[in-house]
Amino acid sequence: MGKTKQLDRRWLFLLIFLGVALPLIFSIGLPLETTKNVQMVYDLVDSMPKGSKALISFDYDPASMPELHPMAKAVVKHCFDKEIDLIFTAMWPMGVKMADDIIDQLIEDYPDLEYGENYVNLGFKAGGMITIQSMGKNFREVFPKDMNGNSIDELPIMDGINNFSNIGFIFSLSAGAPGIKEWVQIAHDAYNRPTSGGCTGVSAPAMLPYINEQHQLTGLLAGLKAAAEYEVLIQTPGTATSGMDAQSIAHLIIIIFIAVGNINYWRNKRKEKKGGK
Amino acid sequence: MKRKIPLLITFTVGIILIISEFIPHKPFGQLSGELEIWFLIISGFAILLGQLSLFKVNIIKIRYKQHDWQFYIVTLASFVVMVALGFLWGTGRSAGLLGHGEVITNTLGYKPFDYLFNNIYQHLQATMFSLLAFFIASAAYRAFIGRTVESNLLLASAVLVMLGNTTFGSLLTGWLPESLNFLHLPKVSEFIMTFPTTAGQRAIMIGAGLGIIGSSLRIILGIERSYLGGE
Repeated sequence: MGKTKQLDRRWLFLLIFLGVALPLIFSIGLPLETTKNVQMVYDLVDSMPKGSKALISFDYDPASMPELHPMAKAVVKHCFDKEIDLIFTAMWPMGVKMADDIIDQLIEDYPDLEYGENYVNLGFKAGGMITIQSMGKNFREVFPKDMNGNSIDELPIMDGINNFSNIGFIFSLSAGAPGIKEWVQIAHDAYNRPTSGGCTGVSAPAMLPYINEQHQLTGLLAGLKAAAEYEVLIQTPGTATSGMDAQSIAHLIIIIFIAVGNINYWRNKRKEKKGGK
Repeated sequence: MKRKIPLLITFTVGIILIISEFIPHKPFGQLSGELEIWFLIISGFAILLGQLSLFKVNIIKIRYKQHDWQFYIVTLASFVVMVALGFLWGTGRSAGLLGHGEVITNTLGYKPFDYLFNNIYQHLQATMFSLLAFFIASAAYRAFIGRTVESNLLLASAVLVMLGNTTFGSLLTGWLPESLNFLHLPKVSEFIMTFPTTAGQRAIMIGAGLGIIGSSLRIILGIERSYLGGE
Protein backbone atom coordinates (compact mmCIF):
# COMPACT_ATOMS: atom_id res chain seq x y z
CA MET A 1 0.00 0.00 0.00
CA GLY A 2 3.09 2.17 0.21
CA LYS A 3 2.48 3.85 -3.15
CA THR A 4 -1.29 3.50 -3.08
CA LYS A 5 -3.20 6.75 -2.86
CA GLN A 6 -4.97 6.57 0.47
CA LEU A 7 -8.40 7.95 1.15
CA ASP A 8 -8.39 10.67 3.81
CA ARG A 9 -9.29 8.71 6.91
CA ARG A 10 -11.43 11.57 8.22
CA TRP A 11 -14.08 10.47 5.67
CA LEU A 12 -14.01 7.03 7.23
CA PHE A 13 -14.35 8.55 10.72
CA LEU A 14 -17.30 10.65 9.57
CA LEU A 15 -19.06 7.64 8.02
CA ILE A 16 -18.45 5.52 11.12
CA PHE A 17 -19.82 8.32 13.29
CA LEU A 18 -22.97 8.62 11.16
CA GLY A 19 -23.27 4.84 10.86
CA VAL A 20 -23.27 4.48 14.63
CA ALA A 21 -25.21 7.60 15.61
CA LEU A 22 -28.11 7.47 13.13
CA PRO A 23 -29.32 3.90 13.88
CA LEU A 24 -29.18 4.74 17.60
CA ILE A 25 -31.48 7.71 16.99
CA PHE A 26 -33.69 6.12 14.33
CA SER A 27 -34.04 2.43 15.19
CA ILE A 28 -34.11 0.09 12.17
CA GLY A 29 -35.02 -3.16 13.93
CA LEU A 30 -32.91 -5.58 11.90
CA PRO A 31 -33.73 -9.26 12.59
CA LEU A 32 -31.66 -11.36 14.99
CA GLU A 33 -31.02 -15.09 15.10
CA THR A 34 -30.32 -16.90 18.34
CA THR A 35 -26.96 -18.66 18.37
CA LYS A 36 -26.18 -21.90 20.19
CA ASN A 37 -24.02 -20.38 22.94
CA VAL A 38 -26.66 -17.80 23.85
CA GLN A 39 -29.38 -20.45 23.89
CA MET A 40 -27.23 -22.53 26.29
CA VAL A 41 -27.00 -19.61 28.74
CA TYR A 42 -30.74 -19.01 28.48
CA ASP A 43 -31.50 -22.70 29.05
CA LEU A 44 -29.19 -22.81 32.08
CA VAL A 45 -30.98 -19.90 33.76
CA ASP A 46 -34.39 -21.18 32.67
CA SER A 47 -33.74 -24.65 34.10
CA MET A 48 -33.09 -23.32 37.62
CA PRO A 49 -35.93 -24.02 40.05
CA LYS A 50 -37.69 -21.19 41.84
CA GLY A 51 -35.81 -20.13 44.98
CA SER A 52 -32.45 -21.47 43.84
CA LYS A 53 -29.39 -19.30 44.27
CA ALA A 54 -27.00 -17.96 41.68
CA LEU A 55 -23.78 -16.01 41.99
CA ILE A 56 -23.22 -13.20 39.51
CA SER A 57 -19.75 -11.68 39.39
CA PHE A 58 -19.30 -8.23 37.87
CA ASP A 59 -15.75 -8.35 36.56
CA TYR A 60 -15.73 -5.23 34.43
CA ASP A 61 -15.55 -1.46 34.63
CA PRO A 62 -17.29 1.44 32.83
CA ALA A 63 -15.03 1.09 29.75
CA SER A 64 -16.87 -2.16 28.85
CA MET A 65 -20.32 -0.96 29.90
CA PRO A 66 -21.77 -0.58 26.38
CA GLU A 67 -21.21 -4.28 25.69
CA LEU A 68 -21.52 -5.91 29.10
CA HIS A 69 -24.15 -3.81 30.85
CA PRO A 70 -27.02 -4.80 28.52
CA MET A 71 -26.25 -8.51 28.95
CA ALA A 72 -25.91 -8.06 32.72
CA LYS A 73 -29.32 -6.41 32.79
CA ALA A 74 -30.90 -9.11 30.63
CA VAL A 75 -29.48 -12.02 32.65
CA VAL A 76 -30.34 -10.43 36.02
CA LYS A 77 -33.85 -9.68 34.78
CA HIS A 78 -34.27 -13.27 33.61
CA CYS A 79 -33.12 -14.49 37.04
CA PHE A 80 -35.52 -12.16 38.85
CA ASP A 81 -38.36 -13.32 36.58
CA LYS A 82 -37.51 -16.94 37.43
CA GLU A 83 -37.41 -16.03 41.16
CA ILE A 84 -33.77 -17.03 41.47
CA ASP A 85 -32.03 -15.42 44.45
CA LEU A 86 -28.93 -13.53 43.39
CA ILE A 87 -25.62 -13.05 45.15
CA PHE A 88 -23.65 -10.27 43.47
CA THR A 89 -19.94 -9.95 43.81
CA ALA A 90 -17.07 -8.31 41.91
CA MET A 91 -13.50 -9.27 41.17
CA TRP A 92 -12.92 -5.80 39.70
CA PRO A 93 -13.11 -2.75 42.00
CA MET A 94 -15.48 -0.90 39.67
CA GLY A 95 -17.67 -3.99 39.31
CA VAL A 96 -19.43 -3.10 42.56
CA LYS A 97 -20.78 0.08 41.02
CA MET A 98 -21.78 -1.82 37.89
CA ALA A 99 -23.80 -4.30 39.98
CA ASP A 100 -25.40 -1.47 41.93
CA ASP A 101 -26.40 0.27 38.73
CA ILE A 102 -28.06 -2.87 37.33
CA ILE A 103 -29.95 -3.41 40.60
CA ASP A 104 -31.10 0.23 40.60
CA GLN A 105 -32.29 -0.05 36.99
CA LEU A 106 -34.31 -3.22 37.62
CA ILE A 107 -35.51 -3.09 41.18
CA GLU A 108 -38.43 -0.72 40.47
CA ASP A 109 -40.02 -3.46 38.33
CA TYR A 110 -39.74 -5.95 41.20
CA PRO A 111 -41.17 -4.23 44.30
CA ASP A 112 -41.54 -7.57 46.12
CA LEU A 113 -37.82 -8.33 46.07
CA GLU A 114 -36.02 -7.57 49.29
CA TYR A 115 -32.36 -6.84 49.83
CA GLY A 116 -30.75 -9.57 51.92
CA GLU A 117 -33.55 -11.99 51.16
CA ASN A 118 -33.75 -12.14 47.37
CA TYR A 119 -30.50 -10.46 46.42
CA VAL A 120 -27.32 -9.23 48.04
CA ASN A 121 -24.26 -7.32 46.91
CA LEU A 122 -21.15 -8.66 48.62
CA GLY A 123 -18.86 -6.12 46.99
CA PHE A 124 -15.30 -6.32 45.73
CA LYS A 125 -12.47 -8.43 47.08
CA ALA A 126 -8.91 -8.20 45.83
CA GLY A 127 -7.04 -11.39 45.00
CA GLY A 128 -8.69 -12.65 41.80
CA MET A 129 -8.26 -16.39 41.40
CA ILE A 130 -7.21 -16.91 45.04
CA THR A 131 -10.36 -15.11 46.21
CA ILE A 132 -12.49 -17.46 44.11
CA GLN A 133 -10.56 -20.46 45.42
CA SER A 134 -11.07 -19.30 49.02
CA MET A 135 -14.80 -18.74 48.36
CA GLY A 136 -15.00 -22.36 47.28
CA LYS A 137 -13.51 -23.46 50.60
CA ASN A 138 -15.18 -21.02 52.96
CA PHE A 139 -17.43 -18.28 51.68
CA ARG A 140 -17.74 -16.58 55.05
CA GLU A 141 -14.00 -16.11 55.53
CA VAL A 142 -13.76 -14.18 52.27
CA PHE A 143 -16.99 -12.23 52.64
CA PRO A 144 -17.85 -11.94 56.35
CA LYS A 145 -19.94 -8.85 55.51
CA ASP A 146 -21.82 -7.50 52.50
CA MET A 147 -20.85 -4.18 50.94
CA ASN A 148 -23.14 -2.28 53.31
CA GLY A 149 -21.43 -3.73 56.35
CA ASN A 150 -24.17 -6.24 57.26
CA SER A 151 -22.88 -9.52 58.63
CA ILE A 152 -23.74 -12.23 56.11
CA ASP A 153 -24.89 -14.43 59.03
CA GLU A 154 -27.81 -12.01 59.39
CA LEU A 155 -28.83 -12.17 55.72
CA PRO A 156 -31.46 -14.85 54.97
CA ILE A 157 -30.19 -15.28 51.39
CA MET A 158 -26.84 -16.49 52.74
CA ASP A 159 -28.37 -19.25 54.90
CA GLY A 160 -26.62 -22.50 54.08
CA ILE A 161 -24.10 -20.83 51.77
CA ASN A 162 -20.71 -21.90 53.09
CA ASN A 163 -19.06 -22.59 49.76
CA PHE A 164 -20.17 -23.10 46.15
CA SER A 165 -22.13 -26.30 46.87
CA ASN A 166 -25.52 -24.60 47.42
CA ILE A 167 -25.15 -22.26 44.47
CA GLY A 168 -27.14 -23.25 41.39
CA PHE A 169 -24.85 -21.62 38.87
CA ILE A 170 -22.16 -19.00 38.58
CA PHE A 171 -22.21 -16.27 35.97
CA SER A 172 -19.27 -13.97 35.36
CA LEU A 173 -19.52 -10.78 33.33
CA SER A 174 -15.94 -10.34 32.32
CA ALA A 175 -13.83 -7.77 30.52
CA GLY A 176 -10.51 -9.47 31.24
CA ALA A 177 -8.69 -11.04 34.15
CA PRO A 178 -9.84 -11.95 36.72
CA GLY A 179 -13.01 -13.03 34.99
CA ILE A 180 -14.63 -15.98 33.25
CA LYS A 181 -11.40 -18.01 32.95
CA GLU A 182 -10.72 -17.87 36.67
CA TRP A 183 -14.32 -18.74 37.55
CA VAL A 184 -14.25 -21.72 35.16
CA GLN A 185 -10.91 -22.98 36.45
CA ILE A 186 -12.03 -22.87 40.09
CA ALA A 187 -15.83 -22.91 40.33
CA HIS A 188 -16.35 -25.47 37.58
CA ASP A 189 -13.11 -27.44 37.39
CA ALA A 190 -12.41 -27.66 41.12
CA TYR A 191 -15.95 -27.50 42.55
CA ASN A 192 -18.02 -28.77 39.63
CA ARG A 193 -20.58 -25.95 39.66
CA PRO A 194 -22.26 -24.95 36.37
CA THR A 195 -20.46 -21.84 35.20
CA SER A 196 -21.40 -19.43 32.47
CA GLY A 197 -20.51 -15.94 31.48
CA GLY A 198 -20.60 -12.94 29.25
CA CYS A 199 -17.61 -11.16 27.77
CA THR A 200 -16.69 -8.46 25.29
CA GLY A 201 -16.61 -9.44 21.62
CA VAL A 202 -12.83 -9.14 21.35
CA SER A 203 -12.17 -11.49 24.26
CA ALA A 204 -14.60 -14.17 23.05
CA PRO A 205 -12.01 -16.28 21.12
CA ALA A 206 -10.05 -16.80 24.36
CA MET A 207 -13.18 -18.10 26.10
CA LEU A 208 -14.47 -20.40 23.36
CA PRO A 209 -12.13 -23.34 24.18
CA TYR A 210 -13.96 -23.66 27.51
CA ILE A 211 -17.23 -24.45 25.73
CA ASN A 212 -16.63 -28.15 25.25
CA GLU A 213 -18.00 -31.59 26.02
CA GLN A 214 -17.01 -31.25 29.68
CA HIS A 215 -19.25 -28.15 29.83
CA GLN A 216 -16.52 -26.14 31.54
CA LEU A 217 -18.45 -23.14 30.35
CA THR A 218 -22.20 -23.50 29.84
CA GLY A 219 -22.71 -21.19 26.89
CA LEU A 220 -21.28 -17.73 26.46
CA LEU A 221 -22.67 -14.30 25.78
CA ALA A 222 -20.03 -12.76 23.54
CA GLY A 223 -20.38 -9.09 22.77
CA LEU A 224 -23.34 -6.89 22.01
CA LYS A 225 -24.88 -9.33 19.54
CA ALA A 226 -25.22 -12.02 22.20
CA ALA A 227 -26.73 -9.46 24.58
CA ALA A 228 -29.25 -8.52 21.90
CA GLU A 229 -30.09 -12.19 21.28
CA TYR A 230 -30.65 -12.66 25.02
CA GLU A 231 -32.94 -9.63 25.10
CA VAL A 232 -34.95 -11.20 22.29
CA LEU A 233 -35.13 -14.52 24.16
CA ILE A 234 -36.49 -12.89 27.32
CA GLN A 235 -38.75 -10.74 25.12
CA THR A 236 -37.43 -7.46 26.54
CA PRO A 237 -35.73 -5.46 23.78
CA GLY A 238 -33.28 -3.00 25.29
CA THR A 239 -30.12 -1.09 24.55
CA ALA A 240 -28.37 -4.13 23.05
CA THR A 241 -31.12 -4.64 20.47
CA SER A 242 -31.01 -1.00 19.40
CA GLY A 243 -27.21 -1.01 19.60
CA MET A 244 -27.04 -3.98 17.22
CA ASP A 245 -28.39 -1.85 14.37
CA ALA A 246 -25.54 0.62 14.95
CA GLN A 247 -22.95 -2.14 15.25
CA SER A 248 -24.19 -3.86 12.08
CA ILE A 249 -24.04 -0.65 10.05
CA ALA A 250 -20.56 0.15 11.43
CA HIS A 251 -19.33 -3.34 10.49
CA LEU A 252 -20.82 -2.97 7.03
CA ILE A 253 -19.00 0.36 6.55
CA ILE A 254 -15.73 -1.27 7.64
CA ILE A 255 -16.27 -4.15 5.19
CA ILE A 256 -17.01 -1.70 2.37
CA PHE A 257 -13.83 0.22 3.15
CA ILE A 258 -11.80 -3.00 3.28
CA ALA A 259 -13.16 -3.80 -0.20
CA VAL A 260 -12.30 -0.28 -1.42
CA GLY A 261 -8.79 -0.60 0.00
CA ASN A 262 -8.27 -3.91 -1.80
CA ILE A 263 -9.65 -2.64 -5.11
CA ASN A 264 -7.27 0.33 -4.88
CA TYR A 265 -4.37 -1.97 -4.11
CA TRP A 266 -5.04 -4.31 -7.04
CA ARG A 267 -5.69 -1.44 -9.44
CA ASN A 268 -2.40 0.21 -8.51
CA LYS A 269 -0.58 -3.10 -8.75
CA ARG A 270 -1.92 -3.62 -12.26
CA LYS A 271 -0.91 -0.09 -13.21
CA GLU A 272 2.61 -0.69 -11.87
CA LYS A 273 2.85 -3.91 -13.89
CA LYS A 274 1.73 -2.17 -17.05
CA GLY A 275 4.15 0.69 -16.38
CA GLY A 276 6.97 -1.81 -15.86
CA LYS A 277 6.33 -3.47 -19.20
CA MET B 1 21.04 -13.73 54.14
CA LYS B 2 19.03 -10.84 52.70
CA ARG B 3 18.32 -12.96 49.62
CA LYS B 4 18.41 -16.43 51.13
CA ILE B 5 15.45 -15.93 53.50
CA PRO B 6 13.02 -14.75 50.76
CA LEU B 7 14.20 -17.62 48.55
CA LEU B 8 13.58 -20.10 51.36
CA ILE B 9 10.10 -18.67 52.01
CA THR B 10 9.27 -18.87 48.28
CA PHE B 11 10.51 -22.46 48.07
CA THR B 12 8.60 -23.60 51.18
CA VAL B 13 5.34 -21.88 50.22
CA GLY B 14 5.56 -23.08 46.61
CA ILE B 15 6.19 -26.69 47.62
CA ILE B 16 3.36 -26.66 50.21
CA LEU B 17 0.89 -25.33 47.61
CA ILE B 18 1.94 -27.88 45.00
CA ILE B 19 1.64 -30.77 47.48
CA SER B 20 -1.74 -29.51 48.74
CA GLU B 21 -3.16 -29.86 45.21
CA PHE B 22 -2.33 -33.59 45.28
CA ILE B 23 -2.83 -34.24 49.02
CA PRO B 24 -5.63 -31.89 50.14
CA HIS B 25 -5.56 -33.32 53.68
CA LYS B 26 -3.97 -32.22 56.95
CA PRO B 27 -1.56 -30.51 57.24
CA PHE B 28 -1.23 -29.45 53.57
CA GLY B 29 -4.87 -28.57 52.93
CA GLN B 30 -5.03 -26.52 56.11
CA LEU B 31 -1.74 -24.78 55.36
CA SER B 32 -2.73 -23.88 51.82
CA GLY B 33 -6.03 -22.46 53.16
CA GLU B 34 -4.10 -20.27 55.60
CA LEU B 35 -1.73 -19.14 52.87
CA GLU B 36 -4.67 -18.18 50.67
CA ILE B 37 -6.04 -15.97 53.45
CA TRP B 38 -2.60 -14.38 53.80
CA PHE B 39 -2.62 -13.72 50.06
CA LEU B 40 -5.98 -11.94 50.31
CA ILE B 41 -4.70 -9.76 53.16
CA ILE B 42 -1.52 -8.92 51.25
CA SER B 43 -3.63 -8.14 48.14
CA GLY B 44 -5.57 -5.59 50.19
CA PHE B 45 -2.35 -3.96 51.29
CA ALA B 46 -1.07 -4.04 47.72
CA ILE B 47 -3.92 -1.72 46.73
CA LEU B 48 -2.85 0.69 49.47
CA LEU B 49 0.75 0.40 48.33
CA GLY B 50 -0.36 1.15 44.76
CA GLN B 51 -2.11 4.31 45.92
CA LEU B 52 0.95 5.47 47.85
CA SER B 53 3.13 4.73 44.85
CA LEU B 54 0.76 6.74 42.62
CA PHE B 55 1.13 9.67 45.00
CA LYS B 56 4.90 9.42 45.20
CA VAL B 57 5.46 9.13 41.44
CA ASN B 58 3.12 12.03 40.64
CA ILE B 59 4.49 14.31 43.36
CA ILE B 60 8.06 13.77 42.10
CA LYS B 61 6.95 14.67 38.56
CA ILE B 62 5.21 17.83 39.75
CA ARG B 63 8.06 18.83 42.06
CA TYR B 64 10.67 18.64 39.30
CA LYS B 65 8.25 20.07 36.73
CA GLN B 66 8.75 17.20 34.33
CA HIS B 67 7.19 17.21 30.85
CA ASP B 68 3.40 17.84 31.03
CA TRP B 69 3.58 18.13 34.83
CA GLN B 70 0.25 19.96 34.92
CA PHE B 71 -1.59 16.73 34.01
CA TYR B 72 -0.17 15.03 37.10
CA ILE B 73 -1.81 17.69 39.25
CA VAL B 74 -5.15 16.74 37.68
CA THR B 75 -4.49 13.06 38.45
CA LEU B 76 -3.67 13.78 42.08
CA ALA B 77 -6.53 16.25 42.53
CA SER B 78 -9.03 13.74 41.05
CA PHE B 79 -7.67 11.01 43.29
CA VAL B 80 -7.89 13.14 46.44
CA VAL B 81 -11.38 14.42 45.64
CA MET B 82 -12.80 10.94 44.96
CA VAL B 83 -11.18 9.41 48.07
CA ALA B 84 -12.32 12.32 50.25
CA LEU B 85 -15.91 12.22 48.98
CA GLY B 86 -16.05 8.45 49.42
CA PHE B 87 -14.76 8.72 52.97
CA LEU B 88 -17.03 11.60 53.96
CA TRP B 89 -20.40 10.51 52.57
CA GLY B 90 -19.83 6.94 51.42
CA THR B 91 -21.07 5.38 48.19
CA GLY B 92 -24.30 3.65 47.25
CA ARG B 93 -26.08 2.44 50.37
CA SER B 94 -23.02 2.57 52.62
CA ALA B 95 -22.53 5.60 54.85
CA GLY B 96 -19.34 7.63 55.21
CA LEU B 97 -17.79 9.43 58.18
CA LEU B 98 -20.45 12.16 57.97
CA GLY B 99 -23.30 9.73 57.35
CA HIS B 100 -25.26 9.67 54.09
CA GLY B 101 -25.20 13.46 53.53
CA GLU B 102 -28.95 13.80 52.90
CA VAL B 103 -28.86 17.51 52.00
CA ILE B 104 -26.11 17.23 49.39
CA THR B 105 -27.56 13.93 48.11
CA ASN B 106 -30.99 15.49 47.65
CA THR B 107 -29.45 18.41 45.78
CA LEU B 108 -27.32 16.33 43.42
CA GLY B 109 -29.65 13.37 43.12
CA TYR B 110 -26.79 11.05 44.10
CA LYS B 111 -24.14 10.90 46.77
CA PRO B 112 -21.22 13.16 45.75
CA PHE B 113 -18.93 10.20 44.98
CA ASP B 114 -21.65 8.47 42.92
CA TYR B 115 -22.47 11.73 41.17
CA LEU B 116 -18.91 12.17 39.94
CA PHE B 117 -18.58 8.47 39.14
CA ASN B 118 -21.82 8.33 37.11
CA ASN B 119 -21.46 11.69 35.39
CA ILE B 120 -17.73 12.03 34.77
CA TYR B 121 -15.75 8.83 35.27
CA GLN B 122 -18.18 6.51 33.45
CA HIS B 123 -18.41 8.81 30.44
CA LEU B 124 -14.67 9.40 30.24
CA GLN B 125 -13.99 5.66 30.21
CA ALA B 126 -16.78 4.96 27.71
CA THR B 127 -15.42 7.74 25.47
CA MET B 128 -11.90 6.31 25.52
CA PHE B 129 -13.24 2.87 24.63
CA SER B 130 -15.55 4.24 21.92
CA LEU B 131 -12.61 5.89 20.15
CA LEU B 132 -11.41 2.37 19.38
CA ALA B 133 -14.22 2.00 16.84
CA PHE B 134 -12.68 4.76 14.72
CA PHE B 135 -9.14 3.46 14.99
CA ILE B 136 -10.17 -0.14 14.30
CA ALA B 137 -12.08 1.00 11.22
CA SER B 138 -9.07 2.95 9.98
CA ALA B 139 -6.64 0.13 10.80
CA ALA B 140 -8.85 -2.47 9.08
CA TYR B 141 -9.03 -0.33 5.92
CA ARG B 142 -5.24 0.01 5.78
CA ALA B 143 -4.17 -3.42 7.02
CA PHE B 144 -6.64 -5.90 5.50
CA ILE B 145 -5.06 -6.00 2.06
CA GLY B 146 -4.87 -9.33 0.22
CA ARG B 147 -1.18 -9.30 -0.70
CA THR B 148 -0.36 -12.95 -0.03
CA VAL B 149 -2.25 -16.24 0.36
CA GLU B 150 -2.08 -15.89 4.17
CA SER B 151 -3.34 -12.32 4.17
CA ASN B 152 -6.15 -13.36 1.78
CA LEU B 153 -7.17 -16.10 4.20
CA LEU B 154 -7.13 -13.63 7.08
CA LEU B 155 -9.10 -11.12 5.05
CA ALA B 156 -11.75 -13.65 4.00
CA SER B 157 -12.23 -15.05 7.50
CA ALA B 158 -12.36 -11.54 9.03
CA VAL B 159 -15.04 -10.44 6.57
CA LEU B 160 -17.07 -13.64 7.07
CA VAL B 161 -16.92 -13.40 10.88
CA MET B 162 -17.76 -9.70 10.78
CA LEU B 163 -20.73 -10.27 8.48
CA GLY B 164 -21.88 -13.30 10.49
CA ASN B 165 -21.85 -11.22 13.64
CA THR B 166 -24.10 -8.57 12.19
CA THR B 167 -27.78 -8.69 11.46
CA PHE B 168 -26.92 -8.33 7.75
CA GLY B 169 -25.38 -11.80 7.83
CA SER B 170 -28.79 -13.32 8.51
CA LEU B 171 -30.43 -11.14 5.87
CA LEU B 172 -27.90 -11.86 3.12
CA THR B 173 -28.09 -15.65 3.25
CA GLY B 174 -31.38 -16.17 5.05
CA TRP B 175 -33.01 -17.21 1.74
CA LEU B 176 -30.74 -20.24 1.27
CA PRO B 177 -32.55 -23.62 1.23
CA GLU B 178 -32.15 -26.03 4.16
CA SER B 179 -29.69 -28.18 2.22
CA LEU B 180 -27.33 -25.19 1.88
CA ASN B 181 -27.75 -24.07 5.48
CA PHE B 182 -24.04 -24.60 6.12
CA LEU B 183 -23.40 -21.58 3.85
CA HIS B 184 -25.61 -19.35 5.99
CA LEU B 185 -23.28 -16.54 7.14
CA PRO B 186 -23.96 -16.79 10.90
CA LYS B 187 -23.26 -20.56 10.59
CA VAL B 188 -20.03 -19.91 8.67
CA SER B 189 -18.98 -17.38 11.31
CA GLU B 190 -19.83 -19.85 14.09
CA PHE B 191 -17.82 -22.56 12.31
CA ILE B 192 -14.74 -20.30 12.02
CA MET B 193 -14.98 -19.30 15.66
CA THR B 194 -15.67 -22.82 16.95
CA PHE B 195 -13.06 -24.79 15.01
CA PRO B 196 -10.05 -22.94 13.50
CA THR B 197 -10.10 -20.12 16.09
CA THR B 198 -10.62 -22.42 19.06
CA ALA B 199 -7.90 -24.78 17.82
CA GLY B 200 -5.46 -21.87 17.61
CA GLN B 201 -6.52 -20.58 21.01
CA ARG B 202 -6.05 -24.01 22.58
CA ALA B 203 -2.54 -24.22 21.17
CA ILE B 204 -1.75 -20.79 22.62
CA MET B 205 -3.28 -21.75 25.98
CA ILE B 206 -1.31 -25.00 26.20
CA GLY B 207 1.89 -23.15 25.29
CA ALA B 208 1.17 -20.43 27.85
CA GLY B 209 0.30 -23.04 30.48
CA LEU B 210 3.60 -24.86 29.94
CA GLY B 211 5.39 -21.51 30.09
CA ILE B 212 3.71 -20.67 33.40
CA ILE B 213 4.69 -24.07 34.86
CA GLY B 214 8.27 -23.54 33.69
CA SER B 215 8.64 -20.04 35.10
CA SER B 216 6.86 -21.02 38.36
CA LEU B 217 9.33 -23.87 38.86
CA ARG B 218 12.22 -21.52 38.15
CA ILE B 219 10.92 -19.12 40.82
CA ILE B 220 10.21 -21.88 43.38
CA LEU B 221 13.64 -23.44 42.87
CA GLY B 222 15.36 -20.08 43.11
CA ILE B 223 16.70 -20.08 39.55
CA GLU B 224 14.67 -17.00 38.59
CA ARG B 225 15.40 -14.26 41.15
CA SER B 226 14.49 -11.06 39.33
CA TYR B 227 11.39 -10.61 41.56
CA LEU B 228 13.77 -9.95 44.48
CA GLY B 229 15.10 -6.87 42.73
CA GLY B 230 18.65 -6.18 41.64
CA GLU B 231 20.52 -8.52 39.24
